[in-house]
Amino acid sequence: MLIIQSLVSGLLTGGVYALAGIGMSLVFGVMNVSNFAHGDLMMLGMYLAYFAFTLLHIDPYLSLVLILPVSFLFGFLLEKLFVSRVIHHPHQNQILLTVGLGLIMSNSALLAFTSDPRILTTTYSSSSVMIFSDVSVSVPLLLSFLVTCAITALLYLFLARTRTGMALRATSQNREAAQLMGIDVSKMSAITFGIGTGLAAAAGALIAPVYYIHPMAGHNFLLKAFTVCVLGGLGSVPGATLGGLIIGVVEAFSATWISTDWKDVVVFMLFLAVLLFRPQGLFGKRGGE
Amino acid sequence: MLKVDHLNASYGEMQVLKSISITVEQGSIVSVVGSNGVGKTTLLKAISGIIPSKGIISFDGEVLNGLPPHRIVGRGIIHVPEGRKIFPDMSVIENLMMGAFLHRNTCKQNLDRVFELFPRLAERRKQSGGTLSGGEQQMLAIGRGLMANPRLLLLDEPSLGLSPIFTDTVFRTIEQIRKSGVTVLLVEQNVFRSLSISDQAYVITNGSVVLNGSGRELLENPEVKRAFLGR
Repeated sequence: MLIIQSLVSGLLTGGVYALAGIGMSLVFGVMNVSNFAHGDLMMLGMYLAYFAFTLLHIDPYLSLVLILPVSFLFGFLLEKLFVSRVIHHPHQNQILLTVGLGLIMSNSALLAFTSDPRILTTTYSSSSVMIFSDVSVSVPLLLSFLVTCAITALLYLFLARTRTGMALRATSQNREAAQLMGIDVSKMSAITFGIGTGLAAAAGALIAPVYYIHPMAGHNFLLKAFTVCVLGGLGSVPGATLGGLIIGVVEAFSATWISTDWKDVVVFMLFLAVLLFRPQGLFGKRGGE
Repeated sequence: MLKVDHLNASYGEMQVLKSISITVEQGSIVSVVGSNGVGKTTLLKAISGIIPSKGIISFDGEVLNGLPPHRIVGRGIIHVPEGRKIFPDMSVIENLMMGAFLHRNTCKQNLDRVFELFPRLAERRKQSGGTLSGGEQQMLAIGRGLMANPRLLLLDEPSLGLSPIFTDTVFRTIEQIRKSGVTVLLVEQNVFRSLSISDQAYVITNGSVVLNGSGRELLENPEVKRAFLGR
């Protein structure tokens, strides 16, 4: 039963990784920008959930109703003010800009909130439920997984069915052709960065009840989100979804059978293996590597 | 209808268009011919606003310079780019719907029109764009352009890389499109075929016009014969 236990907790954690990865992948797909501030945006999401809980007494999962629109707007403005200026520039300029934005966010958080880790403790934080009679599932992880599924399903519907969603996909597949269809691609970039930021903040908020909240928390998540994207294929939303779940399960398995200290090593070995043997990722677009 | 007046455009340090001027009359087919790399594609990209240019591009008397591409599409200038540039992971029908991005209310009737023009696309409506053959992709690219209710259609190398049968289809389609009231500006490497259907034509070399006249005149021109028709 140990194997099922690891599989279940791996999938539940993987869901949040998927959410973080999808946001990063969408931004890469539509804008061809690697967003190195993605982890720090997750960190801001964690603090938003923390303060919504401690100051306004809103449950962290309910607070998403506030966090999603606020972070969408924040991302939209970041794109309009900063990222749009480097969108046609070489990758190294984009990396400098997004790394810089991330540093400003993490250091501002350090100044404002100090480096003391904070813990968001809800009434159900340490409770768990049993499934299949002997597999225990942590309630906050289960809740965050269910919310992740709901957000991902909504995103898929948005991309497949709405006019704006289809325009985003078109821009991602061929930016020049999208312009020739009458699509305002600079608006699409801002919307995409808003969605990416919203998803990052949501992933942060979802993981806040089971994780230490501190200003540097984003760095670890940035690497995870990046691994998820590369594994799934940069720019591919289904790829990032599957990639997140795979990373979650690989982590859980290596924590169970090797050691908790080694789980990151195993994840990054997987990352390197993907780069070596399948650089376009599981669902990558041709030439995306 | 369209007037390009002393237009200059560069890629970085390299000037590609040098004071080029052309005129397109409403209801005509105008072609621009010339060897590879003389600026034909750049001219179309400048007109549709994808690249910046200096000089004047006016459409129905209104200056287009500086407008973003989506606004130019809104005026009715639709550019079918070289290399088709269809959306590979979207189905045929989704590609066509993207063409109607600014014209949702006429989407249904235009779809029927495109499927009538290219029955092959109707058969493959659910297939993803990336899996079509080159000829089918070209039909899709032209069909996608027609979904946008063009007043002026810019066609960049529509017969490039196509089999003789598909080439015939493409040139027949261009004449049909003109009959339906759409003005066509055609850039082609198939000089004989494009001059044969053109009312007016321009030969460009090195970013400027060196010859112009009716399609028939240019077909008879000894320089054109020698340079492009191998006679």
